[in-house]
Amino acid sequence: MAATTASDTGARPVRAGRRPRLPAWLGTTPFLVYIGIFLLLPTGIVVVNAFRSPSGALNLSSLTTPFESPDRSYFTGSLELCLISSVFGAVLGAILAYAIASGDPDGTVRRLYIAVSGVLAQFGGVTLAFAFVVLIGPVGLLIHASWFYTFPWGIAVIYTYFQVPLMVLVFLPAIDGLKAQWREASDSLGASSWQYWRYVGAPLLAPAFFGAALLLFANALSAFATIVAWENQIAYIVPQQIYLAINSEVGLSNVNQADVLALGMIVMVAIIMTGYAFLQRRAARWLR
Amino acid sequence: MAAVTSVGEAPLAVPAKRGRGMQAGRRRRLNAFRYVVFTFFALFFLLPLLAMLRFSFEGSTLGTWSASAWSQIVSYQGPPPLLSAVEISLELGVLTSVVTLALLVPTMIWIRLRVQWISRAFEFLCLLPLTIPAIVLVVGLAPVYNKIRHVELSALMLFWAYVVLALPYAYRALAAGLNAMDVKTLSEAARSLGASWFTVIFRVIAPNMWQAILNALLLSAALALGEFTIAYTLLYNNLQVELYSIDRNTPNASVIFSTSLAALIFTFLLLLIISYAGRRRRRGMR
Repeated sequence: MAATTASDTGARPVRAGRRPRLPAWLGTTPFLVYIGIFLLLPTGIVVVNAFRSPSGALNLSSLTTPFESPDRSYFTGSLELCLISSVFGAVLGAILAYAIASGDPDGTVRRLYIAVSGVLAQFGGVTLAFAFVVLIGPVGLLIHASWFYTFPWGIAVIYTYFQVPLMVLVFLPAIDGLKAQWREASDSLGASSWQYWRYVGAPLLAPAFFGAALLLFANALSAFATIVAWENQIAYIVPQQIYLAINSEVGLSNVNQADVLALGMIVMVAIIMTGYAFLQRRAARWLR
Repeated sequence: MAAVTSVGEAPLAVPAKRGRGMQAGRRRRLNAFRYVVFTFFALFFLLPLLAMLRFSFEGSTLGTWSASAWSQIVSYQGPPPLLSAVEISLELGVLTSVVTLALLVPTMIWIRLRVQWISRAFEFLCLLPLTIPAIVLVVGLAPVYNKIRHVELSALMLFWAYVVLALPYAYRALAAGLNAMDVKTLSEAARSLGASWFTVIFRVIAPNMWQAILNALLLSAALALGEFTIAYTLLYNNLQVELYSIDRNTPNASVIFSTSLAALIFTFLLLLIISYAGRRRRRGMR
């Protein structure tokens, strides 16, 4: 980067002689304007409105309402669902990723599972809820699970369907990064399989594993379509209540509830992504 | 792991015979473990899809077979008719991908060529929508869309927001394409032959990354086809919202399964094109 700026400044006097030039960064203005209007402005609106009372005065109650009833229940609901689905997704996905990594690196099974994971990690939305209703719901072909409409377990099972493939995509590179020589070294020193995993494999993979689990957590946090198609009467998690707050006719006494809830989600995501970035850096130390 | 067992067949300190026995045992256990895992996950991934397939062939009474749900994709009379929602989603896919590319391709090449110092901030902005949940974005977008609605009511206006959602995916696809070629040498060669910056971007660099552009195009289109949150919350009707409202009016109507599957297969084909193009590129580079 330093080299480019140096050559830029070096070239400038020659060109400046011809005609006055606009700074090169102006070429990015269309993009910046677009992002400004449709990404930064909306985020700014959320943050500003969250701290504003309906009359427009500064209002700091948004710092506490997420911890009070009823808002608190949506946040605990979100946390429960994200925790369960990301733990299940991370553990199952890690097992699948290990099974994939331990096979032929150019094999059909590996290529198939990676391609399928790429598709299924994006497969959420209302369709996924439909699929599970007809598999294990009240009209299910496989079983009629009595717990299908209970929160959080019923919906967590559905979420696992897109969490596992995401885990495979994120975690597989880390497992592939385990060097064969490390296993050989521990074998030749007489370590058992368990000792290898306890003292070499697990510590090496731990940062990558927890980082991936955090990513799954964030993924579940922002999912919305699936849970709406699963249950539309009761709001269990924050996104559902945000929808109700935006679109209900009766919530006029608390018009900025949506902003407060949304700000809460931004804070949660910020914390998660900071942790993720930290763990990624730890993981990159050994595995590459 | 296959590499481990073949390379480390006879570790130095361990007697060869015992070593091989241990390796064979470990490999057998590993293979058994792999088959169990693969079978379990194949069932886990396939069964919901198969259940949908079965229900898409459900007749008027439970347990009978009929293909009528598949012809209903074009004939289902909403209100609003299903086909109009399909059209809107397809048009949104085209609009979103075209606008995303128009916004990103020139900007990314320009940054690579002339304003490298901005590239980290640019990458951060492009990946930001991955971390901001769509439902949060929608809260802030609602006032913006109230302004847009004064001008134009059509659901096609959703593309403004969809471009933002598509940015991270398109960015990564395009960045991979840009990294795979020597942008500096190409642009210096073109410039020294008298090409304008416009020519460099659109006639030299862009044609060299057409596969990355295709990837970005298809990913953005796939995203727009599957979007629900923003459309539903802002009370627009696209394909996903339409499927949801059909299901609310007539629970488990077989037409929602045939349409969902058709949309899935369509998206799958889009992604298949990507992986095919990607494989050809990799082979070419070898």
